[in-house]
Formats: sequence, structure tokens, C-alpha cells
Amino acid sequence: MPPVIAVSNLGKRYGRTVAVDDVSLEVFEGEIFGLIGPNGAGKTTTMECVEGNRVPDKGTISVLGLDPRRDANALRQRIGVQHQEAHLQKRIKVWEAVDLWRSLYTTHVADTDALLARLGLESKRNAWFMTLSGGQKQRLFIALALIHEPEVVFLDELTTGLDPQARRAIWSLVTGIRDRGTTVFLTTHLMEEAERLCDRVAIIEHGRIIEMGTPEELVQKHCPERTVVFTSDDADVTERMQGLGAVARAEGSASTYTILGAGDDFVTDVINIIAREGIRVRGFRTEIPTLEDVFLKLTGHGIRD
Amino acid sequence: MRPQFLRGFWKLTWLETKIFTREPMGFVGTLVMPVVLFIILGRAFGVAKPLAVPEADIPFNVAILAAVLIAVSAVQSLVAIISIYREGGILKRLRSTPLSPVTIMGALVVVKLLFTVISLTLLMLAGRRLFPGVMQVNVFSFTLAVVLGTFSILSLGFVIASLVPTARFAQPISAFVLYPMLALSGLFFPVAKLPRWLESIAYLLPTTHAVALLNGVWDGSGWSAHWINVAALFVLFAAYTTLSTRVFRWE
Repeated sequence: MPPVIAVSNLGKRYGRTVAVDDVSLEVFEGEIFGLIGPNGAGKTTTMECVEGNRVPDKGTISVLGLDPRRDANALRQRIGVQHQEAHLQKRIKVWEAVDLWRSLYTTHVADTDALLARLGLESKRNAWFMTLSGGQKQRLFIALALIHEPEVVFLDELTTGLDPQARRAIWSLVTGIRDRGTTVFLTTHLMEEAERLCDRVAIIEHGRIIEMGTPEELVQKHCPERTVVFTSDDADVTERMQGLGAVARAEGSASTYTILGAGDDFVTDVINIIAREGIRVRGFRTEIPTLEDVFLKLTGHGIRD
Repeated sequence: MRPQFLRGFWKLTWLETKIFTREPMGFVGTLVMPVVLFIILGRAFGVAKPLAVPEADIPFNVAILAAVLIAVSAVQSLVAIISIYREGGILKRLRSTPLSPVTIMGALVVVKLLFTVISLTLLMLAGRRLFPGVMQVNVFSFTLAVVLGTFSILSLGFVIASLVPTARFAQPISAFVLYPMLALSGLFFPVAKLPRWLESIAYLLPTTHAVALLNGVWDGSGWSAHWINVAALFVLFAAYTTLSTRVFRWE
């Protein structure tokens, strides 16, 4: 299956600042692909070049087999776009925006009211844009991006500035878009968002992609460490755990034991030994590294630094 | 297949018209203020009679002043809207739809022209009623001259809108250009009496030619006597539009 989006050796500079140095990536049909990295890493510039809203200095881009610059008009009918920190006219009503957008496309959803209802905006039909909350504005932008049933949707920093509750609501909407068969290309600097939403991610820093894969793959590859912490009042627990593989290290203080190891089988091994030794356990938890840890390991700094 | 330009054009124009009327300050300021000024000044000093009577209390035509103010306030309003839309990413958002850039700008201009014509109609109606016998000018011809002048000044407005860094600077920068432009336009004293260098600048400004044309229409000397001003308005329009397409920033 050919990729929906294919980017190779993309480069873009603004004056003497290199925004995108050398980016190559492929996005496949029906997946949520996330470009993740700190602010200023080149996420938005990359996305805007792919949308055809910015002219790259070098490299080639193909979206749905089209050239975003040469075939801009044809492509705009088939992609949906949501910009970072976008606004509409302060006093435009929700239904007016939806109506305008609908009229611009050759194909569009039959029932815009149903679309608004799906996004929880049906009661805001007659509200001015300026009166909407941050979450409602973002949901309206999603509605506008979806109005022509596009094949690919671009979402740039969708949940920046939203409270956790609104953020979660938006996440489930995005998953819903994917489940209807639409390909989603998003950018985020929130690792939790990337981990929850994305089928595949690319980590970008200083205009270059430094790693790409599913979130699980990346965690497995770069942060295989696993930690099991349990509490037990039994004697000699540390000695009895020695049957673990070479990578494991058991540390105990008072009645809390931290077992460090690596690999997918590690947690199972710990459970097996506990069972075999008949250790009585009062509490048990595992610590698995996240995408945030991967990012830290690859770049040497946190995403928000 | 409709031409690309028309896709969404009327809908966007209608929408921008509605949005403009929802902002009472801007609406009243651009539509009503020049008319109110016309009535107050006209009452105080009288409107110049056709064929410019020398005994008029003030040396300029209040009706033409009001008409030019209508055009200038349309331009100020356009510059403000474009800079606000640009700063808020609204222009960028509209541009990433199938709307063509020409359609977006065309709709904004047509809305301004629409309100120019409405305001001018109010001016004419008030003039006919309050100053009977004086307002004998050909309404159609006068309106056409104002619209032509507005077009030309709007194109200069686009150049200003391209140079305005943020919405906060829109008002001072457009005032910085538009007010001297009014002073040099020949409304208050003849352009020929300006120092040489100021006179040359005056002829590069659309208001100068708009005022000359409006004076001509008012006197009844007509369009043919002022073909140079008409041509100048077209040339300036073309020049400013070309310049603004080169320097205009969408974001």
C-alpha cells in the first residue's frame, strides 16, 4: 500500500534560521501519525509544507499522490486543516462558519447538524466565536476540518492551552476520526497525548527526525528498563529473589522492595518467583517507562526545557 | 464550472457584511460620523453652491469633505480588519480553504464599498432635505466618482495593511498616511499653491485626484474635463495594487 503522505529530504529556512533541516517520513492510510518535539523543533513548518501552505526550500512532498504546491486546489478539496492557535472572526456565529466552509467544498457531509452534535456544539449554533471556550473553539475547528469528509486531516497542537478534561474530550474525537477511516497527521509537544493517540510517532529535534516508530517500539528499544516495587513483611526477601536473571537487582529497605530489570518478560519473572517462593505480598506495582523517558534519553533534556 | 474567484465570494461578502454590522462602534463610526459632520458643518457654514460661489463662509465644499471622509474611513476600517485578521490567523485559516486569496480580499473590499455607497446615500438624502437648492449635483455621477476614488484609496490601504506590523499599529500608521493625504488633497487649499516638492507628492496620492474629480462633478464641468484625474485614479489603483501584491503578508 503506497503511503498517503510521503516526505523526503524536506528543508526550510527563514532567513538564517533553519526551521526544518532534513525531514523524511511516510504516513499510511488510516493511522494517526504524530510529529512530536519541543517548541521550535520544526513541527509546524513541516506540517505547513505538507499542507501546501508553505513553500519548502528543498525536498519532495506527495500527499494522496498530489504535489501540495502544484495541485493545491485539488488537494484542498481532499484534506482538512486545523492551525495552531487559530481564530475566526470574533462575531461570526458557529452555524455561519460551518455554512461558509460547507459551501466551499465540492463534497461535504450531508448533515452538518449531526456533525455539530457529534462534536458537542449543537447548543452553540448561534453563539459568536468570541464567546466560545477554548475547548469549544478547538471542537469547531475540528468540525471545519471535517466538513468535506477529507481523506487526511492535519491537526497542529490541537490541545495546547486546554484543561485536562477538554483535552481528553478532544482525544476521543480524534480517535473517532481515525476509526472512521480518515488518516490523521498531528503535531504535539505533549508526550502523554502522543502516547495515548498516535499509532506511530516521529520525534523531531532541531529540524531533524531522530527516531520513528510506534510508541511501544520506541519505549522498548530505548527504555527497556522495568521496575517492580512490592511490599512484604516476610524475612529474607532479597535473598529469595536471587533466582532472577542477571539484569535484575533487588534493593530492600524496611519492607519495601524495588526490583530493577529489563525486557518484556521481566515482570512475569518477578511474579513467578514471588509465587514459587511463596512470598506474602501486601502491595505490588510496576513502573514502565513512557515516551517522555524516551525523549529524555534521546535528546538529553525534557520536552518542556 | 464556476470561475474559481466566485467560489464562496457572495457568501463571504454577505457574512462580512453581517459581522461588520455586529460591531456597533465601527458601524456607527464609518457609516454615520461623516454624515453627522456634514450636517453640523453644513448648518454652520453652508454647503458650497454649484460653480463655487466666492462668498461661501468656508473655502471648501462640505459635501466633498464628507464624501472623502467616507472613503478614508472605509480605508481605515479595511486596514484595521486586515491587520486584526492577520494577527489572529484568520487570513491564514481562510487561505487554507479552497477560497482564493483574490476572493478573500475582494469580499472585504466589496463590503467596504457597499457601506461607502450606503453612507453616501445617507449624505445625499440629508443634503437634499436640510440644504434644499444647494445639492443639485447629479447623484449617480457623484456616487460613481466617490466609488472610483474609494477604490483607488483602498488600493493604497492595502499597501498600508501590508506594512502594519500588528493590529495595535493599524490605527496610528493608517492615520499617519491618511491625514497628511487629506491635507494635501486640495480640499482645503489649492494643490497648485503647495511648495513644488509637496505638489509632486500630492499628485501621487489618490485623494488629490478624487477631490479634483468630485469638484468637477459638483461644478457640472463633468468627467470629460477631468479625464486626467480619472486616468490618474486608475493608474494609481493599478500601481498600488501591484505593489501590495508584492509586499502583502498573510501571516
